Amino acid sequence: MNLLSFLSRRGTAPVARERLQILLAHERTAFGNSDLVAVLREEILAVIAKHVAIDQDKVKITMERGNSVSTLEIDVELPKAVHQAA
Amino acid sequence: MAKIIVVTSGKGGVGKTTTTAALGAALAQAGQNVCVVDFDVGLRNLDLIMGAERRVVYDLINVVQGDAKLTQALIRDKRLDTLALLPASQTRDKDALTDEGVARVIGELREKFDWVICDSPAGIERGATLAMRHADIAVVVTNPEVSSVRDSDRIIGLLDSKTERAEKGEHLEKHLILTRYDPGRAERGEMLKIEDVLEILSIPLLAVVPESEEVLKASNLGSPVTLNAPQSAPARAYIDAVRRLRGETVEMIVPSEKRSLLGKLFTRRAA
Repeated sequence: MNLLSFLSRRGTAPVARERLQILLAHERTAFGNSDLVAVLREEILAVIAKHVAIDQDKVKITMERGNSVSTLEIDVELPKAVHQAA
Repeated sequence: MAKIIVVTSGKGGVGKTTTTAALGAALAQAGQNVCVVDFDVGLRNLDLIMGAERRVVYDLINVVQGDAKLTQALIRDKRLDTLALLPASQTRDKDALTDEGVARVIGELREKFDWVICDSPAGIERGATLAMRHADIAVVVTNPEVSSVRDSDRIIGLLDSKTERAEKGEHLEKHLILTRYDPGRAERGEMLKIEDVLEILSIPLLAVVPESEEVLKASNLGSPVTLNAPQSAPARAYIDAVRRLRGETVEMIVPSEKRSLLGKLFTRRAA
């Protein structure tokens, strides 16, 4: 009972704040560099596609911006045929 | 040479037009030469908030397309002779605004006034990006509410990428005006606090405009709130904002309406 009344006294604003912080951290990486990520994605895919047939849906490109360092992560799943050839 | 301000928010209904009218009037009240420009083509409202809806002859699109001269389309305010309005078109759609046409009109306005305030339409489409395109200063209007804060974050991203200044690598001043703020509710944890919004959006605060009956009263009468009720809390917030825009250092307070002694005692106990 005490805990319940304590929680309800805390109000809804802290929940709003937390939800926004989580959501915007995600959205900023999605939209923040939308042009750059799109360009990189297209060009990198073009290079890989020259050599192997890749499934567009099996490519994940994410960008994370930190204070001092930003990272671009490219995750390409190669088709089975390439594994066997290698 | 005028400074170009864009008043923007992403979300609709947060107070862009109210803010444009109030800042414009407050600047003119301080003796500055000001033009407020409505970019909300198809859904114009700045004329109504300014009380000039029956005086519109030509509009922004007529000027952009060369069908009217800028001087023919500008409407001088009847109360403040240094304040002018360039209304939006009510009938045509946003596609009628061309990049070159808008650049030319903004260039002409820059020569004529000290301040040009562009009232952006809601959304992140062409109308909004055109309104912010030539800005030197952006005023982001936000309510202490999740969807408004999220949309403001998107708009800040656009300001950093789609404006002329951003593309040239020049600095674009960005400021936050937090509107419809209720200090009591924020204190009770029912509303995002000023610090919460500032921490999330991380742009400097220009003013906090408290929730007030005066804003609706002013809009009912077609008079900017700084003109209609200069002593009211929202008017004082906007007047302080204008002083800050002009380079003065003004202590940041959340203005409140005058209360009875009983009301004051009650607020103190709650705080």
